[in-house]
Amino acid sequence: MKIKKEFVQGIQGALPILIGVIPFAMISGVAAVSVGLNFWEAMGMSVIVFAGASQLVVFQLMTAGSPWIIMVLTAWVINVRFTMYSATLAPYLQKLSTWRKALLAYMLSDQAFGVSLSHFLATKEEIDHRWYYFGAALLIWVTWQVSAMAGALLGSLVPASWGFDFAFPLSFMALMFSALRDRPTVAAALTGGLTAVLAKGLPYNTGLVLATFLGIAAGYWVESLKPHQKAAQ
Amino acid sequence: MSKISLWLLFLAVGAGTFTLRFLFIYLFGKIEMPEWLRRALRFVPAAALAALVFPALTHPSGHLDLSLQNFRLLAGLGGAVVAWRTRNVLLTILIGMAILWTLEAVFGV
Repeated sequence: MKIKKEFVQGIQGALPILIGVIPFAMISGVAAVSVGLNFWEAMGMSVIVFAGASQLVVFQLMTAGSPWIIMVLTAWVINVRFTMYSATLAPYLQKLSTWRKALLAYMLSDQAFGVSLSHFLATKEEIDHRWYYFGAALLIWVTWQVSAMAGALLGSLVPASWGFDFAFPLSFMALMFSALRDRPTVAAALTGGLTAVLAKGLPYNTGLVLATFLGIAAGYWVESLKPHQKAAQ
Repeated sequence: MSKISLWLLFLAVGAGTFTLRFLFIYLFGKIEMPEWLRRALRFVPAAALAALVFPALTHPSGHLDLSLQNFRLLAGLGGAVVAWRTRNVLLTILIGMAILWTLEAVFGV
């Protein structure tokens, strides 16, 4: 079978972004071991979930002794952003069997979305978008798993006295600042963060879910105050 | 946490995450995401991540601590500056951890 040129272009398009993928995936592997998972559990989670931020969230909640259902719900909330990616890429990933759509969807990541969409919007000529996305997403997936594996192997060398659990909020902080794009998103973050501090005493970490909803409401409200700016986004 | 509930946790998080990834690719042409939902979803990362970060800094050992002895709050503020300027996960972790270790080594008991 001849290799599609778009597949190769997708791989090439994703190459530069691996600089960001490798350390983050390694951190997720080190983090998994630091909270007590063994190598197979760390890799099992990495393959089954394949969403770094939500995996780190689960680890942080594990160290806090949160209930199972709160871990699941919070991880889902963190991953709700994938619906936006999925809805945006959907027109490009059509005329495929359900199984192939499922495979492409499983490999969807922040980076695969970013690389593919920016290429699709910049390319004038007819290309097979599905193969480009597949190339980019597959390279990112393989790189992620290999790096996570390296992290899980290295993780046992990191002593607990280093306080590695502090790396969780630090990584969320970097991701949070990437999500701050305008006044409404800042309002969402400030409201979510301050509510979480005030609601810290609520049982079973439910303050986290409450804070997220209030933050979303605040962002929505601030945005609706200036409807004429919506077109600029 | 037992081994069974650990693997059930992976499966539950994974199944939900897959559904979120798959839903609109699968449903394309059949149903579209309503505009109000698209607008609301835009705020999820900022709100949810802030809700994770703030209490981790203000409640390092379970109770509110806004004193200068709260090294995680100080290191977190340092990390916030790095995150704000660079938006780089690795750099934020490295500098934030370095500040925390320095504070603990110099002022710790």
